[in-house]
Amino acid sequence: MVEKTVTIKNPTGLHARPASLFIQKANGFPSTIHIIREDKEVDAKSLLGLMSLAVKQNDQITIRAEGKDAEQAVESLANFIEDLED
Amino acid sequence: MERVLKLEKMLNGIGAAPGIAIGRAIWWKQIQPVVTEETVQDIAAETAKLAAAIETATAQITELKELTAQKMGEAEAAIFDAHLTFLIDPAYTGEMKNRIESKNKNASWACKQVTTEMHTMLASLDDEYMQARADDIRDVGNRLLLILAGETPFDPKQLQAGQVVIAEELTPSDTAQFPTGLAGMVTQRGSKTAHAAIMARTLGIPAVLGLGEAIDQIENEQTVIIDGNQGQVIVNPTPAKQQEVAVEIQEQQKRQQQALETASEDAKTEDGKRIQVFANIGSPADVETALANQAEGIGLFRTEFLYLENTNWPTEEEQYEAYKQVLQAFGDKPVVIRTLDIGGDKELPYAKLPKEENPFLGHRALRFCLDEPEIFRTQLSALLRASVHGNLWIMLPMVENPAEIRAAKALLDECREALAAKQVAYAEDIPVGIMIEIPAAAIHADVLAKEVDFMSIGTNDLAQYTLAADRGNEKVAHLYDAAHPAVLKLVQMTAKAADKAGILVGMCGELAGDLALTETLVGLGLHELSMSATAIPEAKQSIRKTVTDDASKLAEAVLQLEDGEQVRDYLQSK
Repeated sequence: MVEKTVTIKNPTGLHARPASLFIQKANGFPSTIHIIREDKEVDAKSLLGLMSLAVKQNDQITIRAEGKDAEQAVESLANFIEDLED
Repeated sequence: MERVLKLEKMLNGIGAAPGIAIGRAIWWKQIQPVVTEETVQDIAAETAKLAAAIETATAQITELKELTAQKMGEAEAAIFDAHLTFLIDPAYTGEMKNRIESKNKNASWACKQVTTEMHTMLASLDDEYMQARADDIRDVGNRLLLILAGETPFDPKQLQAGQVVIAEELTPSDTAQFPTGLAGMVTQRGSKTAHAAIMARTLGIPAVLGLGEAIDQIENEQTVIIDGNQGQVIVNPTPAKQQEVAVEIQEQQKRQQQALETASEDAKTEDGKRIQVFANIGSPADVETALANQAEGIGLFRTEFLYLENTNWPTEEEQYEAYKQVLQAFGDKPVVIRTLDIGGDKELPYAKLPKEENPFLGHRALRFCLDEPEIFRTQLSALLRASVHGNLWIMLPMVENPAEIRAAKALLDECREALAAKQVAYAEDIPVGIMIEIPAAAIHADVLAKEVDFMSIGTNDLAQYTLAADRGNEKVAHLYDAAHPAVLKLVQMTAKAADKAGILVGMCGELAGDLALTETLVGLGLHELSMSATAIPEAKQSIRKTVTDDASKLAEAVLQLEDGEQVRDYLQSK
């Protein structure tokens, strides 16, 4: 199991287009991936799950993956979040 | 035969698309399947049932998406992408499967439960974008339930030409299936900016929306008169009333038909002054009507539809396609595309614009775009790329001072350089103009004129700012009239400044299509009038009956009057 905690920096948070792109990226990995914010955990491959977290600017989320490509998955998704600008 | 005394009833709503029609009412009702909780033994069969329903729903939505793209354009079709995403979402359809497997429940029950939960979750989020997705999930959930119940949704093929569709609310999935030739639309909920309103205007049929509970008084097969100008629906009109309206409709059609016969000819005044008559459009879907009514060009292409009907900032590619479509359709004829006019009463959920105390005096239109150069550059690049496909003119909204024009032009130059570096082609010498809608811009038009190739007067905002009256506020709406002499004086000032600078000046607000004012507007010195397409043929006729000297005298006389009402009375008496 691999995990990493990142902070959302972009002002609009993780919704709409960033969220769709995130899901697309997550779906590219066979590993099981989850997103944890506070006490809530959702499937990182579910747009509705991600929306239900209502991730806003300055929120911290943990990306947790299990599977063959868990390491790349966490790395790639964490980078995606850190590179978000708008 | 049953003898029931049927009384004529008048119901009031919002006139959302103009015109008068008479027809038979037909209720557009989606059947709500009754879902019961059942414990199932054969779980595999139940999950297979769910999977099959998801497959059918995917096929249906894909077809709707294609149909919408054809009829309305790609941007309008994008809404169905969200629907398709939900169908493969593990938290949605995945969770339905879970419920069947872990709780031995029937597929319909699992679907209903999960849909309700997701709907509640999305609707409770403090975010307009998410709330809009709540409606989408309900739409998808209902579709799945209908398929599972083996029911077919209301079959739009039942609709016939000449009918008036009555509905609680109309979604894009609904209107995409409408046949041609419907007489009108009436809904319980909705406003001028609702999807149904836009659709009705595109189809050129009247719509009265927001009837509220009163809509229940309309029954299937009743005769209704729908007046989209007044926002009224008359149920069970008396034979005398029907006769009266039928005559009115006939006259209206006859007038339009006669005008249309000569519409392909240019509009010149009796003494030979050419006035260009353009169409206002809100999306590529409106092009057909504009061409059919012989528009000599597009005087205002509002680009907001790309932003409002999207769930996120439209990409350069999406915009390019929409602009290209319109430019190609008009060939050499000018197409004036207005850059993003957001803010004021036009909200953009995903933009997360902070609430403003006074949005109409706030951070809107060009002001917003200049502060969000990335968003603006995307649009400008799309425009430049599309420019090779026709005769593009770019128009900036809500300009107040020359510095804003220079800043926008500097961004445009940056985009040109970036495209040139990538060896992407764009047209040279694209005219750049401004909308005159802030009183300061009209008063200062002589100074602004030095920076631009053309000016176009937006009377809706100009009137509201000049008269300090919101026409949507019923207590002050009587003070709002774009035909007020004070507004017309600003029109004249702008026209004179444009003439002095040797640039084109037109009008693209609602006043431009007001046939009672055509002669006055010519007299005030405008070169071009841009209006909703259906008004074009008659406006051209009015222009042909005008003599410029007389029109100038008429305009001078009108400018001396006290208010809009006096202006209208005076013009009617002439």
